[in-house]
Amino acid sequence: MFDLFKFKGGVKPPTNKAQSTTLPIAAAPLPARLAVPLHQSIGGTPRPVVKAGDTVLKGQLIGQADGWISAAVHAPTSGTVRAVAMRVQPHPSGLDALSVVIEPDGQDRWIERQPVDYGKLAPEDVRELLQAAGVVGLGGAVFPTHGKLTAAKSVPMEELVINGAECEPFITCDDLLMRERADEVVRGIGIFRDLLQPQRVLIGVEDNKPEAIAALEAAVRARGESFSVVAVPTRYPAGGAKQLIRVLTGKEVPAARRSTDLGVQCFNVATAYTAWRAIAHGEPVVSRLVTLTGNVRQPRNYEALIGTPMGELLAVAQPNPDTDGIIMGGPMMGFLVPDRDAPVVKATNCLIAHSDRLFPPAPPEMPCIRCGECARACPHELQPFELYWFARARNFGKTQEYAIFDCIECGCCSYVCPSRIPLVQYFRFAKSEIWAREREKNAADGAKARFEFKQQRDEREKAEKAEKLAKAAAAQAAKKAAEAAAAAAGEAKTDPAPAALDPETAKRATIEAAMARAKAQREAAAPRNTDNLSAEQQAEVAAIEARRTQAAVPPQSHPNGPTE
Amino acid sequence: MFKSPPYLLQDASVSRVMTQVCLALVPGIAVYVWLLGPAILIQLAVASLAALLSEALILRLRGKPLALFLSDGSAVVTAWLIALTFPPLAPWWLVVVGTVFAIVVAKHLYGGLGQNPFNPAMIAFAVCIVSFPALMSQWPSQGLHLSLAEQANIVFGLMPRVDALAGATPLDALKTALKLGAESGIDVPALLANQDIYGNFAGRGWEWVAAAYLLGGLWLWLRGVITWQVPVAFIAALTAISTALWVYQPTSFASPFFHLFSGGAMLGAFFIATDPVSGCTTPRGKLVFGAGAGLLAYLIRVFGGYPDGVAFAVLIMNICVPVIDLFCQPPIFGMKDKP
Repeated sequence: MFDLFKFKGGVKPPTNKAQSTTLPIAAAPLPARLAVPLHQSIGGTPRPVVKAGDTVLKGQLIGQADGWISAAVHAPTSGTVRAVAMRVQPHPSGLDALSVVIEPDGQDRWIERQPVDYGKLAPEDVRELLQAAGVVGLGGAVFPTHGKLTAAKSVPMEELVINGAECEPFITCDDLLMRERADEVVRGIGIFRDLLQPQRVLIGVEDNKPEAIAALEAAVRARGESFSVVAVPTRYPAGGAKQLIRVLTGKEVPAARRSTDLGVQCFNVATAYTAWRAIAHGEPVVSRLVTLTGNVRQPRNYEALIGTPMGELLAVAQPNPDTDGIIMGGPMMGFLVPDRDAPVVKATNCLIAHSDRLFPPAPPEMPCIRCGECARACPHELQPFELYWFARARNFGKTQEYAIFDCIECGCCSYVCPSRIPLVQYFRFAKSEIWAREREKNAADGAKARFEFKQQRDEREKAEKAEKLAKAAAAQAAKKAAEAAAAAAGEAKTDPAPAALDPETAKRATIEAAMARAKAQREAAAPRNTDNLSAEQQAEVAAIEARRTQAAVPPQSHPNGPTE
Repeated sequence: MFKSPPYLLQDASVSRVMTQVCLALVPGIAVYVWLLGPAILIQLAVASLAALLSEALILRLRGKPLALFLSDGSAVVTAWLIALTFPPLAPWWLVVVGTVFAIVVAKHLYGGLGQNPFNPAMIAFAVCIVSFPALMSQWPSQGLHLSLAEQANIVFGLMPRVDALAGATPLDALKTALKLGAESGIDVPALLANQDIYGNFAGRGWEWVAAAYLLGGLWLWLRGVITWQVPVAFIAALTAISTALWVYQPTSFASPFFHLFSGGAMLGAFFIATDPVSGCTTPRGKLVFGAGAGLLAYLIRVFGGYPDGVAFAVLIMNICVPVIDLFCQPPIFGMKDKP
């Protein structure tokens, strides 16, 4: 009934999904403290609108969206704001970021929720509502959803693709969401459909989730919708947005283009669910489903509040004693969080208790034997081993020629490599080096432009000043000459005109005098405020410069996951 | 603890790849022993030992971990390919010279595993056939029946070599006969009728060894150790040119069947030209590489100065690998419509 397309490459790691799907979704216990990072989506960092000591209600705005590509952040429960301060982030770097620390009062009291009938609203208003409710892509990329709900003007919107593939091993939160809350997922998809007006709506789910497919099909039928629920072959990374679009529509979205340019838009099922809750129930995004699995006794999916410390949440699943770390995300694209206190954020779909028993350390790295397994596994049809040679040789120009920025870091190449080369790490290294160089180059270009501008201005000012002085001097000399001539005429032309009064000589003399005056003036002038600075002042200037260049570069704090 | 994603890894290793290549050679070796005598086992053992010892020595000199690289199996694969391409009754030191040169010069002086631009086994063959042309052309006489002890005595120089080594490979025999018979008008079909030398279709004994290599090669392909492009292109090119000339003048040129199953064609197509390190890596590049090697092997065999051309064909194609791969880069995801 439905023709599927194939994407090249991909791998079939053991799925390890069954463990966490035996029990229904449960609510995670209220933690003692929540640290809600303000920057939880791609785009601008929301501005805090609360301060220490404020009491907040569940769902109350605590961070106001900054700009159009940014999404609001809300208090996950009622309680007291203890601090608005730097706290550790769930990011491989282990860096801190501005967070709102809330001590729950245990009552979990909501703000006054205002459900709306979106059918009566203008599309712009719906988009604004979603932004204000903090709805972002929950597949991992956390792109603000409202920013993706405008169809391209020149290209007709052909397909709306809904991503329920959930291809990474261990993760089952979307599976359980589709099983248990299919109706609300379908109604959320309805909102997206109404805003984008696509010709078809395709919901892609990997065929290892028959329960979810059945639940969605039933919900679609019950709502009388015409969405197609499509079982796609289980093959990692079928849930990468571009791979799923390829499988369902046959369209390949190049790295440099948006899918809307090809008439496709893609959302995660969990995003559709939160959009529905936001519109129809007035509930902003304050919690999400998180799979707790791996080296634990009770793997299960929990509805966890944003800001819950990961260690505390994982404890609910009873990790085995040899657990020595927490992976956020799946085993292919996730990362070991540097700190157990790092909070659950909107991008946290799964926490895996790590142990060497479950994930044995890789054997020693061997030289590449160019077997090409990586190239056959690459879903973007790159040549990972070539990229590896160039990255290792720091030949970054060549890595760009071989399309390193098309790499989605899905990990298929590392997964298959018989030489156990951590290829993805080399590519991340190359990308960050290229970014750093571009930043440096931009900064240098900026400094050069500023310097040249200053030099030009100085020269122009000098020339103008000299001209003015010369004019004044010439006028004076002419006056003197005229006076002298008049005097000479009055003296009955007996005395010859003194040599000094020859007009040409007089003019030259005055010009020289004017230039000497100008020079003296320049030397006497107060030094510019950037000259002769003290060491502290120079350090401060350098720090300000550094901050400025940093601010000019979008933060890379959220991995662009393949699952959305 | 430092670990980087992906935390899940497929169960794969270089040594597993190399072990599978060795396993795939086993049917060919078994038929070789069965039909042509057990001397090849001595050569395989000598070559393996020489390869491992010289690899250990050079690894030590280069300050590389011994256990890790000795166990990767790559030296053994090189050793086996050398032994299988050398005459089975050649003196032991010949295969040692070839193997040591392959491991030390062709492999490690270029950087070791994964870095060698030329196929080390074929370098060994080329060096020895150029340096010791007589020894490299002395093949056991057809119908010779020697015990393992007698064969060992010949290999280790304890018995005179003369009688046992009057033979030649079928390819060599055909080439020499054609040269001699150019005036007297002997033609290929008449020569090939001599089943003592040429067997049923491509050389007594040798044809079945080649068939066993084909079988092992197909197994490698099924296991995903090699891809289809190189063997298919090699065989297709060899078949195409030999068919063309055979149809054009069947009295002067042997049939494609003869060419496919004699000499190093099957071993070359599945085990030598498929070496990933020194070969092309892109799918289209592999087709070009395989076809080039097949074509050159035929031209050297039939028109060149050596009885077989696989080794030189592969080495010549090795030189061309960078430029072939440069022009054969496949389009990436989303860029297929672009010119």
